[in-house]
Amino acid sequence: MRPVAIVAAGMTRFGELWQSSLRDLFVEAASEALANARASRLDAIFVGNMAAGQFVGQEHLGPLCADHLGMAGVAATRIESACASGGAALRAAFAEVASGMSDLVLAAGVEKMTDGAEATAVLATAADQEAEGYQGITFPGLYAMIARAHMAAHGTTEQDLAAVTVKNHRHGALNEKAQFGRTVELAEVMTSTMVADPLRLLHCSPVSDGACAVLLCPLDQARKYTDRPVKIRGSGMATSSMALADRKDPAWLDAVHESAVRAYAMAGVEPRDIQVAEVHDCFSIAEICCIEALGLVERGLGARAAPSGETALGGRIPVNTSGGLKAKGHPVGATGIAQAIEIFEQLRGDAGKRQVKGARIGLCQNMGGSGASSVVHILERA
Amino acid sequence: MPSPRYWREIPNRYRLEAGRCRRCGKVVFPQRRVCPSCRGEDFEKTALSRRGTVVTCTVVRTPPAEFEMEGPFAMAVVETPEKARLMVQVVDCDLEAVRPGLPVTLEFRRVRAEGHGGILCYGHKAVPAG
Repeated sequence: MRPVAIVAAGMTRFGELWQSSLRDLFVEAASEALANARASRLDAIFVGNMAAGQFVGQEHLGPLCADHLGMAGVAATRIESACASGGAALRAAFAEVASGMSDLVLAAGVEKMTDGAEATAVLATAADQEAEGYQGITFPGLYAMIARAHMAAHGTTEQDLAAVTVKNHRHGALNEKAQFGRTVELAEVMTSTMVADPLRLLHCSPVSDGACAVLLCPLDQARKYTDRPVKIRGSGMATSSMALADRKDPAWLDAVHESAVRAYAMAGVEPRDIQVAEVHDCFSIAEICCIEALGLVERGLGARAAPSGETALGGRIPVNTSGGLKAKGHPVGATGIAQAIEIFEQLRGDAGKRQVKGARIGLCQNMGGSGASSVVHILERA
Repeated sequence: MPSPRYWREIPNRYRLEAGRCRRCGKVVFPQRRVCPSCRGEDFEKTALSRRGTVVTCTVVRTPPAEFEMEGPFAMAVVETPEKARLMVQVVDCDLEAVRPGLPVTLEFRRVRAEGHGGILCYGHKAVPAG
């Protein structure tokens, strides 16, 4: 395998973007990435997208996106792994370049969620329809069950959950691309509307529109496009049982753990080497479970990290400096690429007020369903 | 839901039919071709006991459109004595009473009704035992 670098990124603002269609969003992000690298050609495009067929009635996104980017002719495919679609697209692009198949590849992610579809129902199709959907469960409901199990096993409290939201909003307030660029107080979180006990509205990531794109090439060609490339040191993906009921411990995300083990092995690093991480906080409890499964904190102790300041900017291991899915927004297919962009900017020293000083190695983790799929990438300043 | 899809699922929805793997003994619900524990393919048909214990639970307060009239409702992952686990609604009780460890029985109930003139869909719901 050839060493692979990310050389440029582009990203729309995240939010309810009524003026923009799915294709507008993709073209905005992709054009920005190409312009930043002064690149005018591509060998391949991978578009991460969960459910354009349901959200806007549009399938076959590969040629649609290539065409509207003015690149009809280029190999282009849509990649789907529910909310981990962006991470999976990055992994496909990484393999495409590492294998020698292509030299310049765009890994993008896009989701248009506010064009009238019933978002909760669309997202629920990432759960097992026969075992879970049939009975009336929702995604907040599935993560609420994970939260309840974590509380029962480890003594996690509602205040611990709320502390994750407060931290991520504090980070998001520093991110001009964020859907909710404002802070929230603990009391505001803890008295917000109950959605699925014990998860409240402010424990849930929002419904968002947005697109992101990164440009990948072999490391030894990277200086053609940028003087500050970021190397992809490791990529890991894993799956778990589709239905939450089939996990021995509902509070332990085994696919996240396994994807991390694989990424660490490929990168030749350990959890203690990670200096900044973006993890999949679709709900506050998810961040708690993910940092445990990634080995950033000890199993069972994830709930202590946000209240102690350990995972805040300035803490031992800053997590979700972008604001996370909670504050930055969660256009599901775009999220995995957005996470990689945050780490890319952190490692290049471009993160502004969110900068983790001297960060050289960072991690991003993107998850689908109730944790049935997970993708981890480990990046390093080249 | 198209009627063939509904009809295919009747054995597990109505009778809680599961498969016991003849190689490793795991009880798989609903039945599958391949055992998720040992990849065995030889199963003996069995039915789950109509009782179990709540493993984890929640109260869904923003239900999907088809369940709008029923919200808020409790849902739980229930483990039967055969160690099979299933996702079910918990009914006929205070929402607050549903907690991990709660013993329940599984009762045959209507689960959902599909639109105008659509199929009435049945299955099992949990009720606190005793």
